[in-house]
This record gives sequence, C-alpha cells and structure tokens, in this order.
Amino acid sequence: MLIRTFVPRFFIKIKGVNTLVKDKSVLEMRNIHKSFPGVRALQGVDFTLCEGEIHALMGENGAGKSTLIKVLTGVYGKDEGQIFLKGTDNEVSIHSPQDAQRLGISTVYQEITLCPNLSVAENMYIGRTEGIGQNWKKMNRDADKILQSLDIPAKSTQQLASCSIAVQQMVAIARAVDMDCKVLILDEPTSSLDEQEVAKLFKLMRELKAKGVGIIFVTHFLDQVYEVCDKITVLRDGQLVGEYEIKELPRVQLVSKMLGKDLDDMSDIRSESATYDKEDASTLVFEANELVSDAGIKPFDFYIKKGEVNGFTGLLGSGRSECVRAIFGADRVLGGTVKKNGKTVKITKPLDAMKNGIAYLPEDRKVDGIVGDLSVRENIILALQVLKGFFKPFSKAETYKFAEEYIKLLGIKTASADTPIKSLSGGNQQKAILARWLLMNPEYLILDEPTRGIDVGTKVDIQKLVLKLASEGMSVTFISSETDEMLRTCSRLIVMRDRKVVGELSGDDLSQNKIMSTIAGGGRE
Amino acid sequence: MKRFKTKLLSVVLAATMVISLAACGNTGDAPASSSGSDGPIKVGIINNDPNESGYRTANDRDMHEMFTAENGYDASFAYSNDNDKQIEAAQKFVQDGVDYILLSAAGTAGWDSVLKDAQDAGIKVILFDRTIDASEDLYEASIVSDMAKEGQTAVDWLKGQNLSEYNIIHLQGVMGTAAQQGRTAAVDAAVASDGWNIVTQQTAEWNAEKAQQIVQSVIDSGESFNVIYAENDDMAKGAVAALDKANISHGVGKDVIIIGFDCNKWALEELLNQNWNYDGQCNPFQASYIDSIIKTIESGGTVAEKTVIMDEKGFDATTITAEDVEKYGI
Amino acid sequence: MQTNTQKPGIGKVGTKIFRQQIFIPIAALLLLAIFNLIRDPSFYKITFGYNNLGDPVLSGSLINILDYGSELAILAIGMTLVTAASGGQDISVGAAMAISGSVVLRVLCGTNTRPETLQAPIIVAFLVSCVVAMLFGAFNGVLVAYFKIQPMVATLILFTAGRSIAAWINNNELPIISDPSFGYWGGFIPGIPIPTPFFIAVACMIIIALVLRFTNLGLYTQAVGINESSSKLNGLNPAFIKFLSFVILGLCVAVTGFIKVSRFSTINYSVIAKDIEMDAILAVALGGNPLGGGKFNISASIIGAYVIQFLTTTLYALKVPSDALPAYKAVVVIILVVLSTPIVREWLNNLWKKMKSKQIKEVA
Repeated sequence: MLIRTFVPRFFIKIKGVNTLVKDKSVLEMRNIHKSFPGVRALQGVDFTLCEGEIHALMGENGAGKSTLIKVLTGVYGKDEGQIFLKGTDNEVSIHSPQDAQRLGISTVYQEITLCPNLSVAENMYIGRTEGIGQNWKKMNRDADKILQSLDIPAKSTQQLASCSIAVQQMVAIARAVDMDCKVLILDEPTSSLDEQEVAKLFKLMRELKAKGVGIIFVTHFLDQVYEVCDKITVLRDGQLVGEYEIKELPRVQLVSKMLGKDLDDMSDIRSESATYDKEDASTLVFEANELVSDAGIKPFDFYIKKGEVNGFTGLLGSGRSECVRAIFGADRVLGGTVKKNGKTVKITKPLDAMKNGIAYLPEDRKVDGIVGDLSVRENIILALQVLKGFFKPFSKAETYKFAEEYIKLLGIKTASADTPIKSLSGGNQQKAILARWLLMNPEYLILDEPTRGIDVGTKVDIQKLVLKLASEGMSVTFISSETDEMLRTCSRLIVMRDRKVVGELSGDDLSQNKIMSTIAGGGRE
Repeated sequence: MKRFKTKLLSVVLAATMVISLAACGNTGDAPASSSGSDGPIKVGIINNDPNESGYRTANDRDMHEMFTAENGYDASFAYSNDNDKQIEAAQKFVQDGVDYILLSAAGTAGWDSVLKDAQDAGIKVILFDRTIDASEDLYEASIVSDMAKEGQTAVDWLKGQNLSEYNIIHLQGVMGTAAQQGRTAAVDAAVASDGWNIVTQQTAEWNAEKAQQIVQSVIDSGESFNVIYAENDDMAKGAVAALDKANISHGVGKDVIIIGFDCNKWALEELLNQNWNYDGQCNPFQASYIDSIIKTIESGGTVAEKTVIMDEKGFDATTITAEDVEKYGI
Repeated sequence: MQTNTQKPGIGKVGTKIFRQQIFIPIAALLLLAIFNLIRDPSFYKITFGYNNLGDPVLSGSLINILDYGSELAILAIGMTLVTAASGGQDISVGAAMAISGSVVLRVLCGTNTRPETLQAPIIVAFLVSCVVAMLFGAFNGVLVAYFKIQPMVATLILFTAGRSIAAWINNNELPIISDPSFGYWGGFIPGIPIPTPFFIAVACMIIIALVLRFTNLGLYTQAVGINESSSKLNGLNPAFIKFLSFVILGLCVAVTGFIKVSRFSTINYSVIAKDIEMDAILAVALGGNPLGGGKFNISASIIGAYVIQFLTTTLYALKVPSDALPAYKAVVVIILVVLSTPIVREWLNNLWKKMKSKQIKEVA
C-alpha cells in the first residue's frame, strides 16, 4: 500500500474484451478481486451503472461496499478485474483519487470533507483553479449559477460552516457535479440529515439523474432506497449476490438477501418477547420534575416504570438527545428534581447517574461512545471499572471473563478481546458499547440511537435485546430516528418539537400517523 | 469564552513576568523617574539575564552597587537574552529621555537605527562586556574583556609549567560564543606551534555534568592525559568529579593539571586548597570603568580610547592568597 | 475492513514483533550496542576500583549510561503520562528541575550559602522540593486541564520564568553544600559500587509499576487521551486526570532535580538540566508513544531514555568533533523517530512478510 509503483498518468491498458457491453452504461466493473492480509474483501464482483440511474449498493457492514467504492475511486488498487468507463474505449486504470476525478468519478462522503472556514464558492473550486491568479468575481458568479441551477439554498460568498449539514453535503455534490462527473458516488450522505433535508437531497439527486449522471447510492436506510433508487446491487461477504430492479425486490427479500438468510418478519419481534408483568410493574424507577439542562431544552417532566420501554420521538434537533443527556447528567443540569425509586437524588454528572444504576448509550458512537484505540475488552469494562473506583482495578483475568462473556452473549464479531475497537464494524462497535452498559447491570438503560449507521441484522438484534431486557425488569428508554423501530419496541412515546415535550402516546395511539400529527402540532400543547 | 481565555493567559503571562522581574531586581531599588539637568544622572541599563551565569550575576550586582542615588545616579534596568527585546528596551529608554544608555547586547546586529535615535536625542551610549556591529560614532566607549588575551594568558602559564609532554582534554563552552572562541584560539595556536597533543576537544556547553561525562569517557577509553583545560569553572568542576571518581590525583604537584576560567569564589578556593592549578579571570566589574567615563563626559572631557580593555588576571594555585579569593571571587 | 481478523501463519512471529510498540526502542538499543561492539569491544569493559575517598566504584561506559540515563528515565515516566492524557508535552521540566533543585539547596543551607553543617535533614529538603515541584506541576495542570490551554503554550510560561524563580529562591546566590552525605544521591553510597541514581530510577519504576497495577491510572489516562468526550460519559473526570498527570510529572521533576543538585552539591541556574525537556519528549517518542496522546507504554519510554543516553555516551566515546556533535545526534534521532512511525513499521512488516513468503517459495 505504501510504496506504489510509479505509473504514468495516462497509462491505459489494452487487453481482451475492451469495450462497454451495454449501450447505456457509463461504468462497468468486471470480476473485481481485492484482498487484505487475512481478508478477501472482494471476490469477483461485477457492477454496472447506467446513465441517468440511481443505483443502490447494499450490504451489511463488511460486505465489501466500501472496498468496492475505494477501488473505483483509486484509494485501493485492485488485485484483479477490469473497469470500463463510457467515453474511453479501453479499460481504464485508476491509481489515485485524482485519476478517478479526472475520469469523471466523484465521491461525496458521509463526513463532509470540505473546509468549513472557507466560502461556499472557494470550496467548490478549491484545488482546481489553473495558474496562480484567481478571478474571484467570476468564481463566485459561476458558483451561484450552479447553486441556483441545482436549487441549493446557499450563497457563493457564504462561509461553509454557516450552512446546515445538509447544505454542506449539497455543496459537496455541486462541486462534484461541476467537475463534469459521469459517475457520482454518495456514501451514506443522509445519516446526519433530518427528513426535510433528506427530501431536498433526493430532489437534487433526481435532477442530476435527469441530466444523465449515474449515481451510486450507499445507505443503511431501506426507506430511502425504495424512495429514490432504480436498481439495487447487493453484496455479501465480498461476493455479488445480485443486481435487481427496485420493483422486483420487496423489502423483506432485500433484507434476507443482505443477511443471507430468511428473516423472521421484523414486525413480529414485539410479540415474540414476553412483557414484564410482575406486581412491581407500576413502580416508578425514575422520575424527573421540571428537569432542565444548559443544552437549550425547555424544562420537562418524565418518568419510567419498572420493566417499561419508552422513547423520545421527534425530528432531528427537536431535543430528544438533550432530554436523556439531562437525565444522565451529561450536560450541565440547571434545575429540576430527580427521584430514583421514589427517593430524591442528585445527578449532576454521569458518575452520579451511574451510581444510581442509570446507563446511557450516547447518540454519536464515534465521538461519545467508543474509545477507539483501546481494546474491545477495555471498552467493555470501562464503565463498570470507573464505577468500582480508581484504586480497585479488576484483575486481567476478570476483565477477560467479562469481555468474553459479552462478546459471546451479544455475538460481537471481533478477532479477539484485545482487538482495538476502532477496527470493528459499526454494528459490532455498538454492541460492544452496549455490552459496556449491560455489564454494569443497570436498572435503567438509556439507548440514544443505538441502531444508527449499523447493519440490518444488528438492528434487529438490538431491538430484540431491548425487549428481552425489559421483560426481565430493566427499564429502557429507546430513541431512534426510524419511527417503525420505536413503534416495535416502545410501549409509550414522548413526542418532542422545538426542544419541548409536546405530547405522549401509548396504547392504541401508537401509530405512524398519530406520531406525525403530534409532531406536526396535532397533539397536546 | 475564548476571549476570556486569551485575557486570562495574558494576565498570567504578565504575572509571571512581574515575578521574574522581581527575581531579577533583587536589590529592590525602584528608581523614581526624575528629570532636569541638575538632578541625578539618568541611566538606562540593558543587560542580559543575571541568572545566565555567575559572571552575569556578579556583573549585575556590580552595576546595582555603582549606579545608586548616593552616587548621583537614577538607574533603570532592563534584562533580556533576546536581542529584539533589548532593542525594544533601548527604544523605551530613548523615549523616557535618559542621559545614558549602558548596553550589554545579546546579539551584535540590528542596533544601528535605535542607537541613531539615541544619538539624535542627545543620549550617550556606552557598551560594556559585549561589542556590536555598528559604527563607532554611535557610542562613546566600549568596555570589554579580551577573551583571546584571557586564553593566551592561561596558555602562557601552561607553557611555563614546562611539562615533559602535554596531553590535553579540552572542554569547550557553547560553540560560537566569544568566550569559547577566544579561549579555544589560544590552545589551538599552542597545539600547532608547540606540538601539544589534544586527547579530546569537545564542547560541554558550560555544563559541569556534560564535562564529567566527557572526561569519564576518556578515562574509560584508557587514554592518558595530564592537563584539563576547561573554558569555565563549572566544566572544570565536572572534570574534577570524574577524576575523583576514578581516583586520579589532580592539582599542584599531582598527576593532572586543572585549568578553569571566570574566577568563581568557590573555584578560587579550590586553587587555594591546591586542588586546581590555574583560574583565568573574566572581569565582570565594569561599573567603575563606566562611572569614570561618565564623569569624564559630564565634566566636559573627552574619552581617550573608544575601546577599553579591562585588566584581567590569571591566578596560580601556588601564589594565590586568601585576600585574592575575597577580592576577585565572584 | 477488518484487517486482522485472521493472520496467515506465515510471518506471524515477525509481524507480532514489528507490531509491538516496544520493538523500536529495543531495536535502537541493539543497533547501538552492536555498533559499539564492532567499533571497540572495550566499550563494554567495566572496571572495579576505588574513588579518591576510598570507596568502591564500578566504572565503564555501561555504568555511565545507567548513571546519567536514569534521570531521563524518571522524567520519561511523567512525560509519558502527560503526553498520553493531554496530548501535549510539558516543556518546562528543565526549568522546574532548577526550581526544585534550588529549593533543596535552600532548605539545606538556610540563609547561609556555604553552611558547615546541614540546616535540615536531607529527607525534609527532598520532601519540601517534592511539594514545590508538584505545586508547579499543578499550576501547569490547571492551565491545561481547566483553562484548556495547549500544553506547550501553558508550560511555556514556566519554561520562561522557571530559572529566574530558581535563582530568586536562593537570592541569586550559589549555595554549595560541603556535607559529603548529600553527594551520595547523585554519586555513590559508600560501600555500594553502583551509582545511586540507578537505584532511585529503579525505585521509581517499581513505584509506577505498582501504581499501574493497583490503580486504574493507566486505563483512565488512556481513555481520556483517546476520547475525552466518551470518557466523560463513562463517569471519568478528564480534567482531573490531566491535572493529575502534571502533578505526577512534578513529582518526577522533584526526584530528578534532587539527583542533579546532589551530583555537584550545588546548582547553576542557567545550565542545570538545560534542554532536558527535549530529551524527555524524545524518550517518549522513541518509545513509540503517539505524541498526540492516547495509548502509552512506559517501559518503552524508559528504554527510550536509556537509548538516548547510550547514544550520547557513544558519541563522546567516538570523540565526535564538538561542533558536529549536535548534528550527529540529530541525524541518529531522525532515523530512530522515522523508524518508530506506524507507517514505516507497517512497511517493515510487509517487507518481512514478503521475505518470508519468498523463502517459502524458494524452499518449495
């Protein structure tokens, strides 16, 4: 990887079948192989993208999606296989992201890779101005023209950081489009966007599609795939499962193809688990009155019973996370009273909450959850160890016992307990963090977006686990952006709008429509 | 918040500077600024950090003792080892309208414009200890040590010992400093002319511990030597510690001759006890020279020589007296 | 992609060795050792003799390395923790050593700079200097942990002012202690032919090993250094952990400052422990610890410290011309540091594997 053999910039190989097979296709990848030490990441994968097509690339984490993308964009060199592009008669060699860009392959990543402190126009033209001089006026004018044509609500002179994440994402796309791209790769572009922003992004994608751009769309959100895509290519374990027209592949089948097994009907998971019905089921495990933190939420009341699963719902930014952070003491608590099992307690910092048997799995796994360079084992024992105290470390043997127990229990896929957690896939990282809190054996578990950005199989596992824990008497607060997940798991939903609790739904009221109308303003005020 | 932090940082920085200034101005005289030609003579003294070395400490103390109200002076002090900061201090003295600027420059370059300003403002400049690269017209006098002469005196003394052979460990100061260059030059010349043998010639950067390590490594290598020429007292002390550890005798009539420089009081005591053989003076007491030059100028006289080289002695362990230790020890 | 789910059997041992953090300092040590063996085997000669006081001493290059490397090793312990927790380095340790050394002398001498007898027991002087050095460490720690100032910037304050403070403590005088028992700590205890600083360093290593074994200092420090936000949500107090690391470094500074002033029973404010912070930081880097914080390995840092002293002693033995000395040191240091970067190690790793598979092919 490090020492790349020097290859002339315009090196093109001629060999065997050397044209595109289909008329309409802009990109064909044939029989792509790529191995890493110990892993065969891609084994003979074919992929075809047509003009004016939005093509979903699906697969669980570790299926080979990102490797395929990285081969296509020149980040990795391929071991075997051929890549053909429209407009070039022969097979193309892509040795670096610059090569890919020159050939008209552009990528927009999940994490914004632009410079937030530069202006929108500067971001669009950075690194591709010719010569030293720069006609700023012209640059801004051109940028505005493109922004307008794509209906992107940003001004060329605006600082990028002042735009919302969604607009930043769109600017990244505009930059890619303006570079005359034939193939646009969107790698998880929607994971930090709210629904309206997603809708805008989709509008933009459809416009590009109309202009004949081929779009490869990588996402975990099934809804979005069915909303915007034309075709789906499914990968599993580095192999091609198949390419399907969207109409021909119902959701359940897609999921089962991704998992490689027939899935129990996901909507049934609730009925599988028994609910907690001991006599102490009405005990209030946790209660908050007029709780308010410095994160900008309005004071709110909250309670949870023993063995109950409830949840906060609302749009992104409505204050769901801020509420649970206030409960856990993760933000600075400014006021309100808190009771644990009927007794007033003081929770001003996370350690207080932990001492009271409250656990919190944070929303942002990378930033707040994992301690990347530490091993899976250390990550799992961290919270319990902190609770136990500075002068009372667990013995190595104990930590291995704990870690291995939970690795097995939750099915965490890791080479060993000593593997750094950052080298695990997102879903397995999430499981390890979950293990961390379960190890603490909390009375009250808060899960903030535990299913975001992880594969479908793990999502189901986590939902099942939540219900199982509740049936054993644990109280759980569950937050998810995907309402159907919440409907499946929660028996009571607290609805939020504009950083304020605006309603509560339970029993028969628990439905998509009811939630939507409450969020929109139909509920209790 | 960020601004608050910045503010706080500057307050802390300011506080530490006050502390360090307090640490420097240990004699504690806060000169009141007064003007008028009949009053005391206002002098602005720019010196290096007095903690730099024992030499500098003695030099600074000497200045403080001379330029007092009793002696008819109103003195302000500025310290820095940074040439730019010193130039800033000089600019400030020019603005304050002092009568004299006394300067021991940290660097030789960059002084022309500020000294020109001083000249235009009628301020007279006297250099001490260090020279600068500027026209002689810009200052009244320069009172300096002649490092080469110090080295030569020591080497002449060593020649006078008439040893049958000279195997020398030469411990140098920080390379490129005037003291190092002057004191090294004399040895190099003698090596060339008299066929002295240099066992090792390395810099210990004025540091006793580094000197000890260098001498130890020579002892470990088994080479023989009979002279240690250390360019300051600290390094001589480090060398002696290595000899003591290996049980090699040193001093008057012993196996190894020890030569040091700077005349620290403790070093002269070593001479008195005959543990060392020779110590060369680097005279830090320039204040009286400056005083007499100022007196000359104030009484309307002219300074005869632009460059005044101070008297510097070399002490031999066989002739040094307890009075010498008291008088010349710094 | 998980790259290390299953390693092929070939080159597994080699891979493991190259991946180990401690590999680089040990490899450097071996390299220097072999170089000296080829150059002049007498480098390793250790002789037993008596010093001018008639006490037995061992001497030789290796003894010198143990002697002078020990101070650096002690500092490396604290510097490693500070680096891991705060992701930055303390550049004020040399100045802080001048302060704590000055305090030792001040307590031992009282107001007289040349006392005939000690004015206080040595242990009292040492403990006072520990307190003072920890206070200065705490000062740095507060700036870094609570005011969130970049460590290098925060410690720049003490770096600038420290030596003046040290001089001020003793009124700019140079106290000299004549009592020989004070010199034992930086020299030899009568009857024991091994330099005392080595024993002090070993004691510090044992203490830190026990601390790491019987507390969670290691886990907490690494967690905070890797992900502060996550640590906070796990009930840790990141600011306090950072603060603590600076206080521990303060303690290390006190110990090394004590050894330094004991060596010559006096002090030179401007020269004592000069540039030692750079060597201490280098020891941490040579130990393969990321200077941006996070995971650490104190043993590797300690070996790194002795490697630096090994290099210095080798250069003295080589009699490298004095003007060129820093240049030689810089070249060697650059090589060692480059070798210790993950990129190069990964490359070595691949090279090793290629060689192995080639061998196997040839055999087959």
